Amino acid sequence: MSPQDRPVLIKGASLLGEQTADVLVLDGRIAEVGSPDAPADADVLDADGLVLLPGLVDLHTHLREPGREDAETVRTGSQAAAVGGFTAVLAMANTNPVTDTAEAAERVLDLGRQAGLVDVQPVGAVTKALAGEELAELGLMARSRAGVRVFSDDGRCVSNARVMRRALEYVKAFGGVVSQHAQDPDLAGPSACCHEGEWSGKLGLPGWPGVAEEVIVARDVMLARHTGSRVHVAHASTAGTVEVLRWAKAQGIEVTAEVTPHHLLLTTDLLAGYDPTFKVNPPLRPDEDVRALREALADGTIDAVATDHAPHARHDKEHAFVDAAFGMLGLETALGVVATVMVETGAMTWADVARVMSSRPAEIAGLGGHGRPLAVGEPANLTLVDPAAATTVDRDASVSLSRNNPWHGRSLSAAVHATLLRGVPTVREGRLA
Amino acid sequence: MKKHLLSAADLTVDDVATLFTTAAEMHDVQHREVKKLPALRGRTVINLFFEDSTRTRSSFEIAGKWLSADTINIAGKGSSASKGESLRDTVMTIASMGVDAVVMRHGASGAALQVSQWIDAAVINAGDGTHEHPTQALLDAYTLTRRLGTLEGRHVVLVGDLTHSRVFRSNVLLLATLGARVTVVAPPTLMPAGVETWSKDVGFATSYDLDEVLPTADAVMMLRVQRERMSGGYFPTSREYTVGYGLTRDRLAVLGPDVPICHPGPMNRGLEIAADAADAAQSLVLDQVSAGVAVRMSVLYHLLAGEGGHA
Repeated sequence: MSPQDRPVLIKGASLLGEQTADVLVLDGRIAEVGSPDAPADADVLDADGLVLLPGLVDLHTHLREPGREDAETVRTGSQAAAVGGFTAVLAMANTNPVTDTAEAAERVLDLGRQAGLVDVQPVGAVTKALAGEELAELGLMARSRAGVRVFSDDGRCVSNARVMRRALEYVKAFGGVVSQHAQDPDLAGPSACCHEGEWSGKLGLPGWPGVAEEVIVARDVMLARHTGSRVHVAHASTAGTVEVLRWAKAQGIEVTAEVTPHHLLLTTDLLAGYDPTFKVNPPLRPDEDVRALREALADGTIDAVATDHAPHARHDKEHAFVDAAFGMLGLETALGVVATVMVETGAMTWADVARVMSSRPAEIAGLGGHGRPLAVGEPANLTLVDPAAATTVDRDASVSLSRNNPWHGRSLSAAVHATLLRGVPTVREGRLA
Repeated sequence: MKKHLLSAADLTVDDVATLFTTAAEMHDVQHREVKKLPALRGRTVINLFFEDSTRTRSSFEIAGKWLSADTINIAGKGSSASKGESLRDTVMTIASMGVDAVVMRHGASGAALQVSQWIDAAVINAGDGTHEHPTQALLDAYTLTRRLGTLEGRHVVLVGDLTHSRVFRSNVLLLATLGARVTVVAPPTLMPAGVETWSKDVGFATSYDLDEVLPTADAVMMLRVQRERMSGGYFPTSREYTVGYGLTRDRLAVLGPDVPICHPGPMNRGLEIAADAADAAQSLVLDQVSAGVAVRMSVLYHLLAGEGGHA
């Protein structure tokens, strides 16, 4: 019997941390919730004390393939995603070559299917080669087998207002959304490498001010209103962005936003030792921004948590801070960070975690098979979390190819116990199945 | 004293006193006919300069040679990651040749600190990006101390492009350690980010108004202003900068003849400092250069020859 055909009985899980039930999975779907009898051949997962969530969905992952297979591949990134409790990830377009054609998008889709651990949904570039000038073939990517709906020049900002306006208008035809890396390049020098503020001034590092993000977010919500289109703010990182989002949502503008786990906890003072592990874009911000982001996530102003998982080969980080690559790992630790900063503190429930890490991101990306209720008939994309497991992060235990892990040595509460993709366990006991 | 000299903040009052005592002895040696001391015979000092420098590199080179160290200059091939070799590989290669100290200049802030975590040799920061230049601060303080007797309670005014100045960052730290009252002056565009917060931690004041500050100055340090900053929109024209922040002939008159004037060089005569001020009797510009060798001899000596004892 292939794993796809084998029934799975999840015994005694707390659904969304609320009521406890057994869940029977048959043929990739939830067949029964309550006290089903286990078929004789069932794979029984003892979930006593565990929380069952819909499989996590990451709106923002860098899988590096094609181009930098030494840092990550679709397969190793899929492994990291599964271990992190994800059943779907959106793979950003800034690969080499860039995902700016239907063929490139289908290739990423196919690599994801071959790996078979999570659904890898390609993000298409907004502009050709991420150059910010001419629109990429948005419609052909949308019509391709990959069915691209999220478009982003992530890593770069679509800073030209004319280009952004046209992109927003154009993707309306197929229900697309533009995910913007909001960062006005004119408000910082080309070598900017951290948050502009107390620490950049002290350390003598060129920085981006928070306002470089906020002016683009403000502009984009007005463009979204003007075009009647949908804009998504990638990795929101400042209190000012939160204010703009709150206002825009109150106006009924179609704007959504994500925040990364690292922007919910890590702060600018970590740069004091010039360790490039903490070099990331958008940069780590001061504590007041972190507090505003947590509050916005809890109250729904920010819709989703997205990792911005950004693997880098070791030698790309062993440079002077200003010269080192931007980005940090995130897939394996995302749930633990959210549990630590949001659930442990009482700011959010597990049902809220399901909202921000599964159902909302799935809605934003248009992934119908993910982020669904834990109900009969729904696809069995599921994550079992041990809320009592405190773990100390060890970067060398990662299944990613890279080691740029800012969480190394930190203890996080809660751990992913098992992940099921369409009823098939991809992770058991915290390890790849 | 710590193993490395990375930041002016690494130095205690006692460290500075020790360094200055030795520097004064070294300073006397400079005026002898035979200048070489045997203190660092057999020791190897690499001057690893990833960024062009004439005065700092030659100052360290002379300091090492007068202490009989084997001093070798290596020009790094730039700091860009695009050149292939990582910074770690570059310095590990050099360190593996068996050196006792690396004097390092790099265009990136924090580079010296990073390198000190990778290699066993003592690392002396000879300027890291826009972060610090601790031996410059030492030689400035040494020069001023010789002129003023002490810096305790003295009002030292620093003027110029603070945002991009490693001299400023090291000086405010060291001057605070030595008990000086410090005011830094610049137009708002050349004030470093967040200075209103961290100036309180370090202990210095800020001002946009040079003319308000100058009458109470016991010493003035003018910092270089690069003309390229104009294209970055930091100030409109050099003329306007000079009127607002230059040490002009008129301001020299306000200062009075006993207030020493420092400049780390190279000077932009006519921009941040008028020729009259640069060449005035109270100008310490050349004393700074001469003190630079003595202070660097002292630093090399104390980091390499071990605790205690004098040359």
